[in-house]
Amino acid sequence: MVSTSSSDRDGGVDPLRPADHVDSPEPPPGDGPGVAQPKLGFAGWLRFGWRQLTSMRTAILLLLLLAIAAVPGSLVPQRSSDPNGVTQYFTDHPDTAPVLDSFQMFDVYTSAWFSAVYLLLFVSLIGCIIPRTKHHFEAMRARPPRTPVRLGRLAGYTTRPLPDGVDAETAVAEATKLLKQGRYRVERYELRGEPSVSAERGYLRETGNLVFHTAMLGILVAVGVGGGFGFAGQRVIVEGQSFVNTLAAFDSFNPGRFFDPSSLAPYKLSLRELDAVYETQNQDALGQPIDFTAHVTITDQSGPAEDGQVKVNEPLRTHGTDVFLLGNGYAPHIVVRDPEGEIVFDDAVPFLPQDANLTSIGVVKVPDGLDEQLGMVGFFYPTQDVLGSGAYASTYPDLVLPVLTLNVYEGDLGIDSGTPTSVYTLDPSGMDQLTGGETGVDSIELKPGELTELPGGRGTVEFVDDSPDAPAAVPAGSAADRDYAQSVKRFASFDIHHDPTQIWVLVFAILILAGLLSSLFVPRRRMWVKVATRRDGSRVLEFAGLARGEDPGLEQAVSALADKLAGPAAESEPTHDTAKPTT
Amino acid sequence: MPSLDEISVLSVYSAMAVYAIAFIAFSIDLAKRGAAAAKAADELRLAHDGDELPAAERERVGVLQAAATAKTAASAAGTGGTGAGEASGRASRWRSATADGASVAYGRSPALRVGVAMTVLAWLLHLTATLLRGFAAGRVPWANMYEFALTGTLIITTVFLVVLVVAKHDLRFLGTFVTGLVLVLLGVATVNFYVSVVPLPPALQSAWLVIHVFVATTSVGFFALSFALSVVQLMQSRRESLVASAKAVKKSFLATLPDSTTLENLAYRVTIVGFILWTFTLMAGSIWAEAAWGRYWGWDTKEVWTFIIWVVYAGYIHARATRGWRGSRSAWLAIIGFSTVLFNFTVVNLFFKGLHAYSGL
Ligand code: HEM
Repeated sequence: MVSTSSSDRDGGVDPLRPADHVDSPEPPPGDGPGVAQPKLGFAGWLRFGWRQLTSMRTAILLLLLLAIAAVPGSLVPQRSSDPNGVTQYFTDHPDTAPVLDSFQMFDVYTSAWFSAVYLLLFVSLIGCIIPRTKHHFEAMRARPPRTPVRLGRLAGYTTRPLPDGVDAETAVAEATKLLKQGRYRVERYELRGEPSVSAERGYLRETGNLVFHTAMLGILVAVGVGGGFGFAGQRVIVEGQSFVNTLAAFDSFNPGRFFDPSSLAPYKLSLRELDAVYETQNQDALGQPIDFTAHVTITDQSGPAEDGQVKVNEPLRTHGTDVFLLGNGYAPHIVVRDPEGEIVFDDAVPFLPQDANLTSIGVVKVPDGLDEQLGMVGFFYPTQDVLGSGAYASTYPDLVLPVLTLNVYEGDLGIDSGTPTSVYTLDPSGMDQLTGGETGVDSIELKPGELTELPGGRGTVEFVDDSPDAPAAVPAGSAADRDYAQSVKRFASFDIHHDPTQIWVLVFAILILAGLLSSLFVPRRRMWVKVATRRDGSRVLEFAGLARGEDPGLEQAVSALADKLAGPAAESEPTHDTAKPTT
Repeated sequence: MPSLDEISVLSVYSAMAVYAIAFIAFSIDLAKRGAAAAKAADELRLAHDGDELPAAERERVGVLQAAATAKTAASAAGTGGTGAGEASGRASRWRSATADGASVAYGRSPALRVGVAMTVLAWLLHLTATLLRGFAAGRVPWANMYEFALTGTLIITTVFLVVLVVAKHDLRFLGTFVTGLVLVLLGVATVNFYVSVVPLPPALQSAWLVIHVFVATTSVGFFALSFALSVVQLMQSRRESLVASAKAVKKSFLATLPDSTTLENLAYRVTIVGFILWTFTLMAGSIWAEAAWGRYWGWDTKEVWTFIIWVVYAGYIHARATRGWRGSRSAWLAIIGFSTVLFNFTVVNLFFKGLHAYSGL
């Protein structure tokens, strides 16, 4: 498919390169299915197409195309990494979003066009490395090439007088030894009574190149397989609660195509405590998070409970899954009672943080137990402050002055119709608002340990103080300020992943790096040492080298060998033949 | 008693002042190079007019013409299986013209010496500033835009100075570019990016911050040099083709610089070092992302641009090895590559939404 270099017949074998590589021989004009060519049959066209696809030019174009194709995914939010951003984009740009969507602009990296580019690139890559690998195996067994008749035109050409009392054979044998020590493969040749040694080294350069390109294929396959057999799930756990690693227990779960749910190891993960540390000294960074640590307990059927911890940057690896701490926040403990004082709702409700000081929003849904379904949209301020406008804000992320406000809605929660609804949102259409907004009734406002009546005698709502020694609840507005540090529970949101091929991706990545290093920095070079006979009968040692690929150190290597073998060049001896004939 | 950070800022300003002096000195040197080239050309013309060519001058004619044909030779070479071998043979022939393959010999002007000396001095101040910032923060000084810029520019200068020491070719002429770039970036950083010392958010508390970000920044240092060399390469090769077509050529400083093939080889060597470091950056970033965000690759905006940069430079390396792409086309890819690097550092950091929200602004 690709013509091999002319030096093959001399024994030495160059690495096989696509025809348009700079080291490949120039193709004869009119190569390809041009005018000058006889008609190509179907097979001819196929071969021509394949050669185009596996050419260096195509590789460059596909690489550049890949770079360009990757750009839009950074301009437009992606469903995979930023689903909320996509929703927002549809809201903000109702006209353009569907158009973009039809071009898969919100799923760039799984889109047909992006996939097409990289798949073509990898087909090209396969077409490139298979013949090269085959060729390289042969090359590694081939003998170094015959010594050229004239070394004078080659790189670093230099001569040294044959040292007194050393005969040609000894000199060549000595050179052979030195070259072998320099990890050259050597071969003795003799032409017209001039003994010589031909040497070649740096096969690792091509090996590295092949390893590099093959490992890239490896990564692609490993990533694909890992995506197919792995899963990623999310689960929010409030302090004191736990979760069992089963399908139904996840808040959201994204399995790979071939994932088998029965392969989930059913261990239990309990969140004992979530520690959050905030900056208190540095005036420029008050309230900046310093550390989050989730203290957890892992239990399975087989053994005793095991304590562990999960931190940002320090996942917990257990039972074939990786547990990550990706978020945290407050889960105010809310109790709703009916007019008779019966508890109809009692739960710690995770509120989603909205800003750095953890102003948080949450929703309470009371579907049963009251005359009508009840919904509450709440704001939680860990350290409440009143802005000039009268609006509330949180000024510090820790619990200094926690305040919860609730707007109450009554009516159909929309959860009986069967369509799944998020626990974090409330659809107020079809519901009557009872407090806040334009109702004329103030929003409910509670501190931990306070309770108040729901409007219209519908019952009571209590914001439970979860501190260990909390006093009994008192009516809203009457709680004395105290240390609230433990009054509200925190939740941790865990990501739980399983990726069976992750380790393979790492292995291939290391191979990529190793292959790259050797293929860019190992010089592949040939070196010759010959005992030449001058016209006057005197004998000199000739040295020369030839680079195969980038090799800035070649000339120095030749002269170093010459110096080592026969001593430094005499002052008058020109090391560089400036009058070398041009090629 | 000023705080460590205040001394650091003071030190940055001093470094900038000294960089500015270095920049001026390097610019004067470039102007002198132009003058030297013009003078050499005038002597040559005189010699021609007198029709009597002293041996030395004759040689210079040869050299000039040789430089002119460098490009043609470059495209003619590569035939047969010995392209790269010929390339180095060619390089050695040019080296016999002047040590650097330049067509007009030019030593080191006093301005150039001043420029280098001032760069070293500025580098010391810059290093002091960066270290003090680190001590003030009690951690590595690269955790927000201001610090990225401070350390990044320090590394650009460091790479430049190291290359001056180790490279066989004299690359002092890049001083104008390097000091100019560092000055501009430092200026933008102190004016627009400055933030006072704040503790690390939990996501940044990792050994990978030390490794990943440092290697990325070093890589940028190499890419910056590769960019500069590629730009000069393009200018040089344009000049060479003008000389080849015997058009009147403005006598510019370029005549005192290495020929375009030498520049290209240098650019390539600098770029592959940058490329390897970038490959490592990408991988270390993935390992870190796995620990911090639960997945090693998620096409976050910053990841996307890291990938784009990597692919563009992979394209450059292929271009260098492809007939018809070597030379100017590959140089353009190196230039595009560095543009994406700058874009990634500025626009992506500041305006794109993503998990890497560490600009501190
Ligand atoms: C999947 C995308 C590809 C990437 C990211 C890539 C990357 C690279 C890199 C970084 C190098 C320089 C390091 C080395 O020499 O090993 C390189 C070299 C090389 N690549 Fe690729 N490559 C890709 C695809 C291809 C394809 C499709 C071909 C075949 C047409 C190809 C042929 C080559 C050749 C022949 C070299 C050696 C260049 C030289 O002689 O210096 N590559 N590639």
